[in-house]
Amino acid sequence: MSLLRLSDVSARLGGKAVLDGVDLSIREGEFVGLIGPNGAGKSTLLRAVLGLTPSSGEIDIGGTPALNLSATARAKIVSYLPQEREIAWPVTAERLVGLGRSPHMPAFAGLGERDNAAVLRAMQRMDVAEFAARPATELSGGEKARVLIARALAQEAPLMLADEPTAGLDPLHQIALMRVFAALAREGASVVACLHDLGLAARWCTRLVLLDAGRIVADGTPAEVLTQARLRDVYNIEAYIGEVGGGLVVYPLDLSSLPDAQR
Amino acid sequence: MSEQARYAAVLLALAVLTLSLFIASLTTGPAEAGFRQSLAALFVDEGDLMSLVMREIRLPRAVLGLMIGATLGLSGAVLQGYLRNPLAEPGLLGISASASLGAVLAIYTGLSATFALGLPLAALAGAVIAVLLVRAMAGERGGTLTIILAGVAISAFAGAMTSLALNLSSNPFAALEIVFWMLGSLADRSMTHLWLSGPFMVAGWVMLAMLARPLDVLTLGADAASSIGIDMRRVQFLAITGTAASVGGATAVAGAIGFVGLVVPHLLRPLVGSVPSRLLPASALGGASVLLAADVLVRLIAPGRDLKLGVLTAIVGAPFFLWLIWRTRRQML
Amino acid sequence: MSVARIAGLIVALTGFCGATDVFASGETAPKRVVSMNVCTDQLAMLVAGEGQLHSVSNLAADPGISVLADEAGRYVVNHGMGEEVFLMGPDLVLAGTFTAQPAVEMLRRLGFRVEQFPPESTFEGIRDSIRRMGQLLGRQERAEELVAELEAGLDDLLREPVANLSVAVYSANSYTSGEGSLSHAVIEAAGLTNITDKLGIAGVQRIPLEQLVLADPDIVVLGEQHYEKPALAQENFQHPAFRAIASGDRLVRIPDRYWICGAPFTLEAARMLRQAAGEVAEQ
Repeated sequence: MSLLRLSDVSARLGGKAVLDGVDLSIREGEFVGLIGPNGAGKSTLLRAVLGLTPSSGEIDIGGTPALNLSATARAKIVSYLPQEREIAWPVTAERLVGLGRSPHMPAFAGLGERDNAAVLRAMQRMDVAEFAARPATELSGGEKARVLIARALAQEAPLMLADEPTAGLDPLHQIALMRVFAALAREGASVVACLHDLGLAARWCTRLVLLDAGRIVADGTPAEVLTQARLRDVYNIEAYIGEVGGGLVVYPLDLSSLPDAQR
Repeated sequence: MSEQARYAAVLLALAVLTLSLFIASLTTGPAEAGFRQSLAALFVDEGDLMSLVMREIRLPRAVLGLMIGATLGLSGAVLQGYLRNPLAEPGLLGISASASLGAVLAIYTGLSATFALGLPLAALAGAVIAVLLVRAMAGERGGTLTIILAGVAISAFAGAMTSLALNLSSNPFAALEIVFWMLGSLADRSMTHLWLSGPFMVAGWVMLAMLARPLDVLTLGADAASSIGIDMRRVQFLAITGTAASVGGATAVAGAIGFVGLVVPHLLRPLVGSVPSRLLPASALGGASVLLAADVLVRLIAPGRDLKLGVLTAIVGAPFFLWLIWRTRRQML
Repeated sequence: MSVARIAGLIVALTGFCGATDVFASGETAPKRVVSMNVCTDQLAMLVAGEGQLHSVSNLAADPGISVLADEAGRYVVNHGMGEEVFLMGPDLVLAGTFTAQPAVEMLRRLGFRVEQFPPESTFEGIRDSIRRMGQLLGRQERAEELVAELEAGLDDLLREPVANLSVAVYSANSYTSGEGSLSHAVIEAAGLTNITDKLGIAGVQRIPLEQLVLADPDIVVLGEQHYEKPALAQENFQHPAFRAIASGDRLVRIPDRYWICGAPFTLEAARMLRQAAGEVAEQ
């Protein structure tokens, strides 16, 4: 069964087409890297799935048309990590992570045993258990980011949509996060993450989807998608593409064609 | 002490404070009667004048003080959580002023004389318009500054329209009543006022109470909240209608009373671990305490002069507001 | 005694001096008198001779405020504005001490003779005002007639003793009138007791409703005011606690026009009150 299926999805923002006839299907156990230059429509694609950006076309979540799902039912299948890392009030990190359990809780009930266990699991996975009792607003940028990812993990939805989850993380935690997502995929869940770091995407994702100007221009394994020609066409960059220890390595080197002024 | 126990202790302390001030309000007044005598006259009706005073003058005043204070505290806490903005408050956002305008139009056109419910309904309509305007101005990610500026503009406009309506009235007393509508008072309110506004306030509270969990989740922002299963349209409906109904009902009988909704949630937030849902009952009790205290004070400071409540709340609230701006100015720019 | 009353008294005294001077120099009575205040309007209408009074203020024609509203139609209307009065070319201008002060100053600068009357708060004051008006208009005889009528009326009121009932005046915005107000003088003229004596309220002051309720007046006098549009000022008259102590015969309405201005007809207010007290006492 596919967790997510988009067919002919288009979206416009301010009269401009941001998504243009996107077809995409996500199965269980995939770690999909959504890549593409700025403005390609990556964030809009994730937002369209959640109904945050109006779109045309069909979107099925867990086999049901998204429009027929209640917000709670949808939240049990899809979790989402927005690009903006908003924490409005100085609540403790633990409480913040616990918010991810809301769709599983009956109205007016507190966190149950299962919820507490899920919160603890998520915090340990993101290496933030030690901050549990601290006000989340007082954490450093990277720590906040990890707490917020833990919040999305605590939701324990089979599909996670993450918008630039590695932004602001140090290399250790970037790699740790990639490992967590890869592990989730092995456990049968799926992750779709917008990524700018092609190196991370190449090394950890099971599948890459390359967006350009609102269209999917490539969809496949990292090795299939990340070719010299595509990187030149889509990103206008020259990159080193090689292999280390059985894994793909992509390292951007320079612009393909310099703007006149810099030539 | 565990977090839960601490929260329970805070609520208990606030409840005791509110109850004491409620009794203080019942036993304060120009009529010189002892504490026991006053309360006895309230519970046992021997057909004497003191019972009449207690039941028809002091009781509605104290109950209205309690309910209106709770409304202001609760709606302040909800607006701050909903807009994720520590400066949000019915007074500053122009909601009270617009509700006043609605009430003024209902009273001075004679609508409320022929149709009693017209008064709270018109105040509610005024409040709804103000909340919708602020919401529209704030947009998806309304900055603090945008929201406050929108509130200033709405307040100024509603205030001017209120003054205009009262000045144009052919009744020479109307113009003097601008002060009441801008600053609020509970002097000589009756049970009639309570029956008229109470249901609106209670209905508003129920709607606002349903926002407890959504407000918690909104700590993460509207997009994240929506993805965690919060129906943002429902939240918006409840926040707008609940605020408008409760603040509209309160303003219709007591005028616009500022700053309670700003100060109370702020003082109590650290005591409840900043959790928005826990702030709701705490702010309701805190708001009730503050307004009851203010209403006792106006009777002690200037008996027989009908000092307006808004004067006292502004004396405390306005410097507090300045201090808040001082503290949050980095975020605002 | 309030500052305003002292000021009024001083103006009244100086007014008298001016008046005596005028007649000492042998001038004749004024022929074209303009009055700018509803109280001097009415007093002048009562005292003036045929054709002597030229213009009265617009309020004089308002039946809610003026007892002589019908009669006011016979005169040219002014709005208390200096320019307007100037163009009428009066030889005497009558004004109140609290009204249209800038207009009064301007007219004086332009050389017009302006006489100001303070608001009266006692029947002695009313008598003095009538006499002063008579002197100013050269109609002393007519003034004495009115004074005699007033005295006779006041005597009449007290001839038959009435039960000493307590009275409270309750006006819009919860104001009551104590010692030093015309209402208080009216209550005393009717042989009744104002509750403000007991409560220590002097002049016109706000009274909290519960204080009124506990004072338990036998009679509550409501300023009867009819305005097209409602205002909160009159809302207290609907308060359940107020209605519990002031209903039926105990609630007396005396039209404002009888005691806004102290004049011979203020006696009428005392008569109404006296009659109401009689009805309450019978029960």
